[in-house]
Amino acid sequence: MDIERFTDIIARFLAVSGKILPDDIVKKLAELKAAEHMPLAKSVYDSMSRNQDLAASLDRPSCQDTGVVNFFVSAGENFPGLGKIAGALREAVVRATAEAPLRHNTVAIFDEKNDGTNVGERAPFVHWDIVPGSDKVKVETYMAGGGCSLPGRAITLMPSAGYEGIVQYVFDTMVDWGINACPPLLIGIGIAGSVENASILSKRALLRPLGSHNPNPRGAEMEGLLEDGLNRLGIGPQGLSGSSSVMGVHIESAARHPSTISVGINVGCWAHRRGAIVLDKDLSYEILSHKGVRL
Amino acid sequence: MNKVLRTPISDSDLEDIRIGDVIYMDGILVTCRDVAHRRLIEFHRELPVDLKGLAIFHAGPIVKKLPDGKYQMVSIGPTTSMRMERFEKEFVRQTGVKIIVGKGGMAEETEEACRTYKALHCVFPGGCAVLAATEVEEIERVEWMDLGMPESLWVNRVKGFGPLIVSIDAHGNNLFKKNKAVFNERKDRLVAEISEKVRFIQ
Repeated sequence: MDIERFTDIIARFLAVSGKILPDDIVKKLAELKAAEHMPLAKSVYDSMSRNQDLAASLDRPSCQDTGVVNFFVSAGENFPGLGKIAGALREAVVRATAEAPLRHNTVAIFDEKNDGTNVGERAPFVHWDIVPGSDKVKVETYMAGGGCSLPGRAITLMPSAGYEGIVQYVFDTMVDWGINACPPLLIGIGIAGSVENASILSKRALLRPLGSHNPNPRGAEMEGLLEDGLNRLGIGPQGLSGSSSVMGVHIESAARHPSTISVGINVGCWAHRRGAIVLDKDLSYEILSHKGVRL
Repeated sequence: MNKVLRTPISDSDLEDIRIGDVIYMDGILVTCRDVAHRRLIEFHRELPVDLKGLAIFHAGPIVKKLPDGKYQMVSIGPTTSMRMERFEKEFVRQTGVKIIVGKGGMAEETEEACRTYKALHCVFPGGCAVLAATEVEEIERVEWMDLGMPESLWVNRVKGFGPLIVSIDAHGNNLFKKNKAVFNERKDRLVAEISEKVRFIQ
């Protein structure tokens, strides 16, 4: 495996993912804009469209907060050079920082220094899955900005609170914090038996393409109920009121302990800078999130 | 005809402006966020820019250094203003700043500062960072670069900067507070309605 080429592909893909939104997000924003009736909300959608056009034509990051980069790697067990991937991803962030450019975001804990590289202690954070029998690798990129990271929270509820408690927690988070996080938002919810598992699932939920559903019929139903309900809050773009509040609600789950229901919430802002690319063992690649984009 | 405010801004310039109005500005807009606020209020360090009559932007931009030593504004959008709520009242009192630009709402302390010292809090649409960058004519200078790119004080000369949606006016009216009361009222009904349908533990 040509690690130099792998690094170069990821660096260029990262740069693109900060400038152009994924296809599903572009489509959803167009739908929400068309359905919006309030004049102030419509004008905000106009600003958003103009911004995305300018970002593409001027080749610049569409939002200044290009986040602390997170990678979710689904690695085929037979992909060559698995051990080199983490180092290559780190180097790709350094390159994209200079070339895209990305904002300097990593602040060292305790020392409180920002050295301008966008890499540091456990940054970029890399999450791993091993895929049996595969010789490909899927790299999902996510630029977690400050605005959409601030509302993130998790709690462990008692079973007496039930799924009703999850509904309350989601709505409270949306009204208290979501309105400041650049709505319309994508809401990621993780349900599990402890907070760390619920939290990571809530972030994974944000990586799912819009229009996908939780595989359990009740899970899918709950996603639909929450999406409809949150939209009826009428938070609107930038929290200024409008016909909708969210781009979608995604729930991911893991079996819980009988004594606990842990809930994690992560939100994605309207500028949801998610990318998904699949590389095979000779490093030809397919971009899943941004069709037609060439690196 | 859009309302355009020019720095330096006086108290009387703000008198007729109300929450929900959309305005634009010309003049000097200085980025100022978490650590700059903390340095002034908690560490009593003098700000290296006199903000009297000017505007601040809760923002951390992407800036490119050009070969001639000047800086180019690449991408600059608002950050969450609520993070500065703890410091903002005292900040407005000490600096005499007239417009605070950010995103999302701010709370009671800022409301009181806007009413008492005559200032506005305005929302620039979040995420629209290239749009904002094209409204920056020039970066005049930069201070406190030891804080890194996002937190430095970037002194921008802007032209037609906006849209700025007034979220707190100089009379202390607060658009987000009003909206939030409506959202909370709807919330209770919706939570009750949905809860009926998710009683999966039986």
